[in-house]
Amino acid sequence: MEIEAKHHPMDKYLRADRIPHIWCPGCGLGTALNCFLYALEELNIDPDNLAVVSGIGCTGRIAGYLNVDSYHTTHGRAIPFATGLKLAKPDMKVVVFSGDGDLFAIGGNHFIHAARRNMDMTVLCVNNYNYGMTGGQLAPTTPMEARTTTSPYGNLEHPFNLCHVAAASGAVYVARWTTLHVRRLKESIKEALNKKGFSFVEILSPCPTAYGRRNRSPTGLDMMKYYQEHSVIKHGIDPSEADIEIGGDIIVGKFVDIEKPTFNEMVKELIEKARK
Amino acid sequence: MIQKIDAKKMVVTGDYAAAYGALLCDVDVVAAYPITPQTIIVEEFSTFVNDGITDAEFIMVESEHSAMSACIAAQAAGARTFTATSSQGLALMHEMLSIASALRLPIVMPVVNRTVAAPIGIWCEYNDTMPQRDSGWLQMSCEDNQEVLDMIIMAYKMGEHKDVLLPVMPALDAFILSHTVEPVDAPSSDEVLDFISHYKPHAILDPDNPMAIGTFTPPEYIQELRYQHHVAMNNARKVIKDVTKEFAQKFGRDYHGLIEAYKCDDAEVVLITMGTVTGTARDIVDEMRAKGKKVGLIKLRFYRPFPIEEIRKIAENVDAIGVYDRSISYGTGGPMFIETKNALYGMEKPVVNFLAGLGGRDVVKGDVEKMFEILLKAKEGEAKEEIYWINTRGVSI
Repeated sequence: MEIEAKHHPMDKYLRADRIPHIWCPGCGLGTALNCFLYALEELNIDPDNLAVVSGIGCTGRIAGYLNVDSYHTTHGRAIPFATGLKLAKPDMKVVVFSGDGDLFAIGGNHFIHAARRNMDMTVLCVNNYNYGMTGGQLAPTTPMEARTTTSPYGNLEHPFNLCHVAAASGAVYVARWTTLHVRRLKESIKEALNKKGFSFVEILSPCPTAYGRRNRSPTGLDMMKYYQEHSVIKHGIDPSEADIEIGGDIIVGKFVDIEKPTFNEMVKELIEKARK
Repeated sequence: MIQKIDAKKMVVTGDYAAAYGALLCDVDVVAAYPITPQTIIVEEFSTFVNDGITDAEFIMVESEHSAMSACIAAQAAGARTFTATSSQGLALMHEMLSIASALRLPIVMPVVNRTVAAPIGIWCEYNDTMPQRDSGWLQMSCEDNQEVLDMIIMAYKMGEHKDVLLPVMPALDAFILSHTVEPVDAPSSDEVLDFISHYKPHAILDPDNPMAIGTFTPPEYIQELRYQHHVAMNNARKVIKDVTKEFAQKFGRDYHGLIEAYKCDDAEVVLITMGTVTGTARDIVDEMRAKGKKVGLIKLRFYRPFPIEEIRKIAENVDAIGVYDRSISYGTGGPMFIETKNALYGMEKPVVNFLAGLGGRDVVKGDVEKMFEILLKAKEGEAKEEIYWINTRGVSI
């Protein structure tokens, strides 16, 4: 039986004139985006009340492909843009969709401070362990000993454990999945979108072109198999125990889900108190 | 130290030529952050380190701001340093640029000219380097990959000269040079190191002889520092000419100092260009000369210091001057046009500005020919505008 469809069921969320996208075969970004779109659909989120902000890099392209109010910002500055948006439009749902290099290298400072302030936004970080778009350089997430174009003998810098950084900085919701865990990832994105405050979902994604072929996983399928063999779900674990190492377990799951007043709520409360 | 490298002929991209130039100059520290279309420069350099050809320290930092910060400190500690960037990366680095120059640290940093957002683009425009005009760096632009390699070598010699002691920013056009292969003659490492000599820092951070750098300075002192910086930039004019002359004697390629005049001697009109468009313009000059039109070309190599005297001298004998710009200072004109008008102050010559190739749009022979045709009209006092937007939708010429 041949199945033919002129439209993708998620087309309504996409700017069709910007498709086809630039992502390589085997890349996990399509899956990450798909999970996000299904999360929007299932939560029945009004696209007119949603803003998506991206930085620079392969993941940074997502903002441009979405048919919602979106902003493709400069490298590292997605979170400050999103902060401004949320302050000007407190009722708007604000999502930052960007990569590990963008959010944790050049933009690392902004991430920790938005989390500390508990700015009401959802940050979805696609982590492919390297700078994919510029050709695969060492990133702050590159696992120890992994090879990149700028660490040909293997990385000797300790990488960030993003979920640990998020939790330590004050995020109220922290989860990690790989692009293999599509249903769990979608459910986590839904929870993060529903969460009041700074919610963070790390999405481990294959980058066969720039990272995989230098690290014995030359295809997207190799990396998906690796995820399948190494992923261990441990909900509620202290994220400091969820470091990512080559050959080690990839701990996934929901690590943090707590309640804390958001920045906007604190401001409102302060104003009310001051006016009394 | 680097291993001995023999002279060779290579067919390489502009980015490779820049990295190779830094290798031959035996740089000690490279700190960098990736950005298209520059990335290949530092990536190639990291390969040289990987292959053991040089024992330079290479570090991938977390932003361009950090890259320049690391280079400043390394240079202050007595190392010869190198980095490279482009577009947004240069904009982010801006804060550190004036610190590098005011501390008189002769860092060399090629910049691959790429358009600055918004909207985001990756192609060639000069709106990244031109706004760095007052950062106190020597700024210049290359025409081809050979010039990129040669300029990196000359840049160290110019910047480290005792009368200059300033950082140097050679620019190359995004993709047109950065990603395009051309044959390049590379000298041997011995020849290069004989030419530039080993780096002898004028002041270094030394634990046995402590010194504070960049500390809080009251108004009693800063103005004199600014004056000395200004004098150094003026001194650079002579040093640039001397170094290009010495380079020509040693390596056989003459870059003629701050500008290169082409068929200007009996020219009635002259066009000033910078970067890769110069090659196209040279062809057009030849073609128009064949038709009996007396046109000439000035290849502007240095933007800082600006070749005021050189341009005035040529302008004395021509009837109209055109300036091609690949970026715009909104509401006024191209940055090189503004500089040229300033240089020609009091000369009563028509000066016309041509804007083309912004955002990386191709500048083709027909575009340059149109510039010369308008210039020939300007000579007769028939140019309608002062600023012409070439090949621009919504603008008719």
